[in-house]
This record gives sequence, structure tokens and C-alpha cells, in this order.
Amino acid sequence: MSATTLTPPLHQGEADARIGLRDHVRHTSALVRRNLLWIRQDPESMLDAILMPIIFTLLFVYVFGGSIGQALGGGQDAYVQYVVPGMMAMMSMNIAMAVGTGFNQDFQNGIMDRFRTLPIGQGSVLFAKIVVELMRMLVATAVMMVVGVLVGFDITNWGGLFAAVGLSALFGSAIMWIFLVLGVSLKSAQSVQAMGFLVLMPLQFGSSIFAPTQSMPGWLQAFTDYNPLSSLADSARGLMVGGPVAHDIWVTVGWSVVLTVVMAPIAIHKFRTKS
Amino acid sequence: MKRIDNIPGGAGSAVTVRGLVKHYGETKALDGVDLDVREGTVLGVLGPNGAGKTTLVRCLSTLVVPDSGSAVVAGYDVVRQPRQLRRVIGLTGQYASVDEKLSGRENLYMIGRLLDLSRKEARSRADSLLERFSLTEAAGRPAKTYSGGMRRRLDLAASMIGSPSVLYLDEPTTGLDPRTRNEVWAEVKRMVTDGVTVLLTTQYMEEAEQLASELTVIDRGKVIANGGIDELKAKVGGRTLRIRPADPLELRPLAAALDDMGLTGLASSTVDAESGTVLVPILSDEQLTAVVGAVTARGITIGSIATELPSLDEVFLSITGQKASAPQDARPELEEVAV
Repeated sequence: MSATTLTPPLHQGEADARIGLRDHVRHTSALVRRNLLWIRQDPESMLDAILMPIIFTLLFVYVFGGSIGQALGGGQDAYVQYVVPGMMAMMSMNIAMAVGTGFNQDFQNGIMDRFRTLPIGQGSVLFAKIVVELMRMLVATAVMMVVGVLVGFDITNWGGLFAAVGLSALFGSAIMWIFLVLGVSLKSAQSVQAMGFLVLMPLQFGSSIFAPTQSMPGWLQAFTDYNPLSSLADSARGLMVGGPVAHDIWVTVGWSVVLTVVMAPIAIHKFRTKS
Repeated sequence: MKRIDNIPGGAGSAVTVRGLVKHYGETKALDGVDLDVREGTVLGVLGPNGAGKTTLVRCLSTLVVPDSGSAVVAGYDVVRQPRQLRRVIGLTGQYASVDEKLSGRENLYMIGRLLDLSRKEARSRADSLLERFSLTEAAGRPAKTYSGGMRRRLDLAASMIGSPSVLYLDEPTTGLDPRTRNEVWAEVKRMVTDGVTVLLTTQYMEEAEQLASELTVIDRGKVIANGGIDELKAKVGGRTLRIRPADPLELRPLAAALDDMGLTGLASSTVDAESGTVLVPILSDEQLTAVVGAVTARGITIGSIATELPSLDEVFLSITGQKASAPQDARPELEEVAV
């Protein structure tokens, strides 16, 4: 090797390098299409989004509905009005977890290497995952609302319902960034799932999703009061069946923004530098 | 899609690597690698498992950031200009980087869209590449139903969508049967005819001989030899001639006859009793002819005769005087790295 060969001069200028918003949209939609084709290939992958809301709604309404409903000063009907909006918050978490396991599995074959050697905004791969999971979340929410109405939920305020769905989607997408970080950092999809459940269970049950918090011990109430899932559940409840909402909505939006601002750059950076 | 046709000051070098270092903890995956690939040629990077071949390719394709040293590909610095660089390279790794759940056509269409082709362009580019890589019939089937060779061809097609000027092939035929391997070789040769510069990593001398004009031999992250294929072959003793006498009883007399010839500069012949053959290292076609002449002159009838390329082990043995590092060496490129 002749060490005298000098390093050739580099191309100057950044003209080729910039990736505009339109490019991002096109790249993301090409990747969304890929994930939608997966669903067409394997429709069973939608089963969780369809069955989970049915099973959970029926379980909670019929197992706890009678006794918690009494505490609420009504019966099972009162509990239906209480739990259905709250379950939107649960759904946003459960679906968000799937994005982590799916993302991790992508790394098991070489396709991620291909994406990372293409001249695309590296965030596109992650945005596409989030868009697809939000679609699944909407399907799950629609199924839950149908089951909710069948077991007696009264939709009195459609505007409020849509606002609650929007808020869940916002919070859900913020949570997805956390799971994307887990998905890219942990070694297997199983560990992503295990870690996910470890975080998910206390957050979901230590909140106002399934039961009012007044009867809980003080230390737990302190936790549930600061649990963003309580804020989301209470917002959805307020929007759909009435009651004060402003404070809870602000808290939920605040959490969503903070989580996204902190976790999205970490997720994209980890994705870009994963070896 | 912009193509870089003239590389200012590139002076014919499409890939220039100087002092490239990448350590994973204690493992020195790359320990100061220098190499050049001239534009429009194929450089074979030969080395055993764990030699650092894959880490090298991953550095050159922006997947791994080197610890130190420099690498310039098609005029772009791999560390400072990764986005521009990604426009002009293609990568086909050891593990098929296609989406197994998508059909061949959908895979190529998706990559076309990611490379900023319009829907129409992406569709027609996908179809023409499917045609070229003989995948048209299987185009609608999910890639997971493809055979190993079809998958590798789809992978190559995917790498070609952006008409890269530099293509990395990381052990492109590892794990393929001989027939499929020949198919892949034929495709690679066609790409080179189209003017693509290729950096090929391989464990097989035969593959390097088939595809590459120049060779860099690496081991434990270091370049241990480089030069033209012929130069290197001369260094390692060229080919081995395997002669089987028609009459097995003439095996010893044949070996004796060959040793009597005293070919200059050559190791003496060895008898492989198990297969009933004599092995003779030769350097040139002239020597091959001389050997055949000498054997015939002694009245020994040749049953069969074949030439063999030296194995990777023999190459290493003659270059370094020691065996290649054990294949069971950890593959450093797969090790988890803290980020």
C-alpha cells in the first residue's frame, strides 16, 4: 500500500444532504405502507387490538361492576359510565407497548441495516411505527366503545368522546417513544415485553382508571394523584360524561409533551447509533 | 436521483481507507486498516471469521462510527457526510436485509420510494430489477417463501435500486450451495461490467479469484497482505495439481517421478493415499505442461488430473507462517455496544 496516496478531497456543500418535510412525509408513508402490508399478510396480528378491548371491558364491568358501582352510589350501570372512559387510558398504554416489541423484532433481521444505510431521515422509521400503532389504537378504541355501548354506556357528548380519543392518542404516542427506546436498547422482544409489563401494571392499577382513588391508603393516593394515567382517565371521563376537566387535560398534555421532547431524540439517537 | 459521476480529485480511488480503528472493549475489530479500491474494480477483502471484515463494511456504510482513522467513499467522508454517502452506496450483507413478510416487488417498491423515486418510477424500477435478477415469477410472493439464492438475489436487487456507484458485498455467498453461488457470482460480474465499484469480503480464495482483481488479506483487524490476485497467488504458490494415476499401483512411482523432475522453487509432491492421488504445487501453466510431459515420458497413464486453488488456510500459512485465527473467535461486530 502506498502511504503516499493522499486522502481525496471531499465533496463540498450540503445540497444533497437536506431532508425536507415532504421527504419525511414520503419516507414515513412508504414505511407505514410496509407495516400495513404486514397486517394484510397476517391479519391475526390485529387480534390483540380487537379482542383485548372486548375482554377487558366485559371482565371489568361484570366482575367489579356490581361492587364498585355500589360504592359509586349506583350499580353496575354507574360503573360502566365510570370505567369505559378510563379504559381509553389503559388502551393507549397496552397498544403502546406493542410498538416496542415489534420494533425489537425488526432488528432480528437485516432490514434495519438496510434502512439505516438509506439516505432517509432516520426518524422516519420510528414515526412510521408510531403512525401504525396509532391506527391500531383507534381500532381498539372503536371496538371498546361498541362493547361499552352494548353493556350500557351512554354516549351523551360526541365532541367530548372525540376529544378524549385525541387526548389518548397524544399520550399514547408519547408513551410509544419510551417503548421505542426500550425496543432498541433491550436484546430481545421478550425482555421488552417483560420490562413493559413491569412498568405498565403498577401504572395502570395504581391509577383512577378502574376504581375511584378515595378509598385507597394515603401513600397510594399520593402516587395515583401524580400518575399521568389518572389524569388521562379523569380527562376522558370529564370529557365524555361531564365534570371538571381543564386541570387534568393540562397535566396530560404536559406529560405528553415532556415525554416526547425527552424520549424522541433519545430513541432516534439510539436507533441511529445501534451497532 | 442525483448521481456522482465525477469525483473531484478522486484520482480513480472510489474507496480510500487510512488507519481505520474500531475497538469493542478489548476486541480490536479494526486495528489500523489501510486500503484502496480503484474506481470500477473489485477489491476482495479476504480473512477468516472475526478478522474484522464485517466491521470494516459496517464502518464504510455508516452503520458503525470508527474510533479513529479516516474513510472516504466516492468523495464523501463516512463520519462527516453520512447522508450524502448513503446516496451512492449499496450494501448486501451476510444476512438478507429484505423484509421477509413483504413480496419481492413490494420490497423493491418500498426502497425505491425511500430513495425518492416517484410512485411510477419506483414501480418500473422494481419491475426491471425483478426481471434482471430473474425474480419476476416470484415477485408477488412474500420473501420468506424464497430460497436462499432468490433471497440473496432480491437483496442484490434492493442494493441496486439507487444505482450505487460503490457496492459492498459482505460474504455474499456464505451459506449458499455451489449452483446458487455461481448465480450470485454471475450477477456480481454483471454489476461490475456496468461500472460499479465493489468491495467484497469473503472467506474463500476461490470467490476472490472469481470476482476480484485485487486482494487485501486481513486478520485480527490488520492488513497482512495486499496486491493483485496474481501477485498474491504467486506468493502462496499458485495452484495445486492433483493427479490420479490410472493404475493405483503407480501412485508411488508417480510421486518419485515428480520429485525427480525437481521443479524450481517448489515444495515437493505429497501422496494422498486415501484418494489415490499425488498433490504437486505449481506456479504456472508452463509448469503444468511440464509435469504432464514428464509423467507421460515415464510411461505412467494419468487417470484424472485437476488443479485446485489454495485454501484460505494455505494462504495464511504462506503469508504469515501461521494458521488463520480460529474461526470460533467471537464475532466482534455482533457484540453489544454501549451507546
